Amino acid sequence: MKPPPFEYFTPASVEDALALLGEHREQAKVLAGGQSLVPLLNFRLARPRYLVDLNGIPHLDYIREEDGWLAIGAMTRQRAVERSALVRDRCPLLAEAMPQIGHVQIRNRGTIGGSLAHADPAAELPAIVAALGGRLVVRGPDGERVMAPERFFVGYLTTALEPFELLVGVRLPVRRSRTGHAFVEVSRRHGDFALVGVAAALTLDAAGACADAALALTGVGPTPVVAAAATRVLVGQRPSAEAFQEVGRRVSETLEPDSDLHASSEYRKHLAGVLTRRALTRAAERARGGEG
Amino acid sequence: MKMSDKVPVRLTVNGTSREGRCEPRKLLVDFLREDLGLTGTHVGCEHGICGACTIMLNGEAARSCIMLAVQADGAEIVTIEGLAQAGQLHPLQEAFREHHGLQCGFCTPGMLMTALDFLHVHPDPTEAEIREGISAVLCRCTGYQGIVNAVKAAAPALNRSR
Ligand SMILES: Cc1cc2nc3c(=O)[nH]c(=O)nc-3n(C[C@H](O)[C@H](O)[C@H](O)COP(=O)(O)OP(=O)(O)OC[C@H]3O[C@@H](n4cnc5c(N)ncnc54)[C@H](O)[C@@H]3O)c2cc1C
Ligand code: FES
Ligand code: FES
Repeated sequence: MKPPPFEYFTPASVEDALALLGEHREQAKVLAGGQSLVPLLNFRLARPRYLVDLNGIPHLDYIREEDGWLAIGAMTRQRAVERSALVRDRCPLLAEAMPQIGHVQIRNRGTIGGSLAHADPAAELPAIVAALGGRLVVRGPDGERVMAPERFFVGYLTTALEPFELLVGVRLPVRRSRTGHAFVEVSRRHGDFALVGVAAALTLDAAGACADAALALTGVGPTPVVAAAATRVLVGQRPSAEAFQEVGRRVSETLEPDSDLHASSEYRKHLAGVLTRRALTRAAERARGGEG
Repeated sequence: MKMSDKVPVRLTVNGTSREGRCEPRKLLVDFLREDLGLTGTHVGCEHGICGACTIMLNGEAARSCIMLAVQADGAEIVTIEGLAQAGQLHPLQEAFREHHGLQCGFCTPGMLMTALDFLHVHPDPTEAEIREGISAVLCRCTGYQGIVNAVKAAAPALNRSR
């Protein structure tokens, strides 16, 4: 099918875009990379009267380090993040996840902000922001608000963004020393959305015991699921196959994923446990090896 | 401006400046096929899954079914029609013919553009890399083996012509 008619705007600044959104509210939709929105238009699942294309706005496309954070502009293409040496060095978890998002053709157009604002429960980026405790930078008519992921992601394809607000960027804490990361997922076919994915970060103390651990999962709930209780047991323990197995068991136990066309609830629970163990094992190896 | 008002779109396709007028809702693939008469680019699923509509946009492979024509204003595009030169098939097209990389041909334009982009990044690919590289395009006929063989065979020829 083809998109329904709409009025098309290409604002040249964030202020102009916000003015359009303020005027048209629920009747307007923002267009970023279009890799999720245009399919919805084609199927007429989205029927905005006004389409506000962000592609003409300069300064929303950047990757830089700011006071201990890696800051990425909302309109930065996924492919640019995948290729960035700064991202590989400061946020290896993000670097590892990028090639797992769709295909190159999708990442050439798809943006960081678009993926976060779309908030697909199977998407990699929301889980990474959740695992690392990143921040979402939102601009509205009254200025900027900086949101934690647990407040930003509110449900299936739903965020706390108001119709008159824009996501302008994301910040991720830069890698600490003695910290290892891993992003692992299982999908039916390369390039498909994953059935379940796990983002893990593990920090060791000078003696080699776990000082901190963080986990977030995709595909097992309406938003990224942060497994805080299950990882807390690791703190103070030396990394071991048994300890990681136990965390995997606990994570799996607490989840109640829906069954759908792609996988049953039982299978997703099973995968969550297995992938948790694999992600933690890899993260611990990397923390010891100093490679992030 | 009314919704049905047409807007100008100017772009370079296969090295030639082209222009047309269309509604903002027109998909790039439909603009190429209907307004510019370049029907080599196929349209299959219209939601970014099958890859039949893959083109090169400013030097990178992209899906033309999930992009608006107005968004390509000013862009440089290469379509399947841009591969053969002066009546001579491109080495990649030769390899597809030689190695049975196509049967019905529906996926072939997207497959060729995808393979071209892939071989630019991976001049000497392994079979596993090729399979991953072409996984962005669905083929209902060949079972992929002929396509994999063709891409592998084309790599040295493409390197020579660089
Ligand atoms: C075949 C295929 C496979 C894919 N596989 C994956 C995958 O494995 N993992 C994955 O994570 N994604 C996948 N995607 C989705 C892809 O990553 C999209 O690019 C992404 O979800 C949306 O980003 P976009 O820039 O294209 O946004 P758009 O499609 O332009 O927008 C998406 C939504 O976000 C809103 N929006 C966009 N930017 C902003 C902003 N700055 N402020 C406020 N609202 C905004 C839009 O209004 C719209 O509602 C896939 C897509 C396709 C077509
Ligand atoms: S027609 Fe564009 S991906 Fe299927
Ligand atoms: S040759 Fe028929 S779909 Fe690929």
